Amino acid sequence: MFIVKYIKEVFGGLKSLLVGMRRTGYYFTHHKEIITEQYPDNRDTLVMADRFKGEVILLHDENNEHACTGCTACELACPNATIKIVTKFDITPEGKKKKAIDKFVYHLELCTMCNLCIVACPTDAIKMAQTFEHSVFNRADLTKILNKPDSKIREGIE
Amino acid sequence: MFEEIGTTTEGDLIINVGPQHPATHGVLHLVITLNGETIKKVEPHLGYIHRSIEKMCESLTYRQFIYVTSRMDYLSAHINNHACALTVEKGMQIEVPERAQVIRVIMDELTRIASHELWWGAMAMDIGAFTPFFHAFREREKINEIMEETCGARLTMNYYVPGGLMAELHPDFQKKVKEFIVLFKRKIDEYDELVTGNIIFINRMKGVGILSKEDAISYGCSGPAARGSGVNCDIRKLYPYAVYDKVQFDEILETGCDSLARYMIRIREMKQSIRIIEQLIDNIPEGDFQAKTKAVLKLPKGEFYTRVETARGELGVYIMSEGATTPYRIKFRSPGFSNLSALDHMARGSKLGDLVAMMGTLDLVIPDIDR
Ligand code: SF4
Ligand code: SF4
Repeated sequence: MFIVKYIKEVFGGLKSLLVGMRRTGYYFTHHKEIITEQYPDNRDTLVMADRFKGEVILLHDENNEHACTGCTACELACPNATIKIVTKFDITPEGKKKKAIDKFVYHLELCTMCNLCIVACPTDAIKMAQTFEHSVFNRADLTKILNKPDSKIREGIE
Repeated sequence: MFEEIGTTTEGDLIINVGPQHPATHGVLHLVITLNGETIKKVEPHLGYIHRSIEKMCESLTYRQFIYVTSRMDYLSAHINNHACALTVEKGMQIEVPERAQVIRVIMDELTRIASHELWWGAMAMDIGAFTPFFHAFREREKINEIMEETCGARLTMNYYVPGGLMAELHPDFQKKVKEFIVLFKRKIDEYDELVTGNIIFINRMKGVGILSKEDAISYGCSGPAARGSGVNCDIRKLYPYAVYDKVQFDEILETGCDSLARYMIRIREMKQSIRIIEQLIDNIPEGDFQAKTKAVLKLPKGEFYTRVETARGELGVYIMSEGATTPYRIKFRSPGFSNLSALDHMARGSKLGDLVAMMGTLDLVIPDIDR
């Protein structure tokens, strides 16, 4: 019968709408299940995952020493020439020449956070930092020198 | 009137959808020829987001090129990386540890769920329902958090390397995934309440965008778009890779051939993905997460091809090697490109308002089509 089928369809349709509306009403009254974070108001409490790839940093200890030997493994591993290692030769107390880094140049604007440099480094000198607010007004600010002034290589790292 | 379909005559209206249009989910440009409200022809114009990924890969080493492929189909980033890693492993004959293979499958399936969820929200938004978008993103956020913890990124993870994985799992990984499974099983029923059973939704999807089985095959469609027409094309079943031959799951097939069938495929596939993850999450074998590989990878001279099932369909990676450290030629067979080519055929003769409902169910990711 056409008319019975028609009425059934109308009520079936109405029911499906009400079922959906009930779901919407549930969330309207259950604010606890809302998971939106109020960034940047929650900046102080915001915890990033400890592996989050934000930018590459060179680790320095309290004596202003790092573990980078200037081997350029990271430079070779990088797919888009983000890292440039400028090396120099230090004269050791014994009068020998020793290779060391002059500048660890890092172009944040080119970096894709692929982690390949970190795995390539034989001395674990570099690491990913969890920063993410990278906006600057001047593009040149994104090119960073990662080794701190007057820092030198830690004793015993070859 | 129907004889005219496919030709342009005087008096036809030509409209441009995109390249910046919310319904095309990216920079896709459609030139639509209309006779009144009836579509006579749909011409996709590509090239707005072409980054020449294939050419770029030719200058990158076998370790480096994998990260670029996350930028193709960014919603299945893990699965793209998997395909590339598999091809290199095939060429180098690297044995991947069991542990890495299991983790890869879990990650792939989580990616598939995340991708289908985003599609579900966007699909509902395309045809006018706004709330589901937020519901979908709420659950997808959980997966993103899991990814962020282990892989360090939310979208372009670059977690797979030739020979295994880049890092060990995060200690919380198993716990978080189990929590997600419990949550997701509850939420997927909500999805059905909100959208699947909705009368307005069904009326807009049913009988729209008919793609017969023969046409799906001849247009080279794959993934949910083809399975909605009853084509057996799940690579995970047909040519199992990683540990897909050791887990129980069903290949989802629908015979409706319309938009609703393609919608149902994805909803049901999410449940199958959960089923796969459930079987594996407690059975991750101990061992290395990475095989020992040479520092410099060199594929032997020859041609290598692998295919995997991404969230959108079959992704093929073809590498031609001359024995150097970089590939001589790389070609990606992306699922989106073939699926999009069927749109013209599906749309001819239907009304303009239905075009969005068809395009939504193809689940187009433009950077995948337009590498
Ligand atoms: S994370 Fe990747 S792109 Fe960035 S510096 Fe390291 S290797 Fe280069
Ligand atoms: S950071 Fe590591 S890989 Fe890069 S130059 Fe220094 S020691 Fe070598």
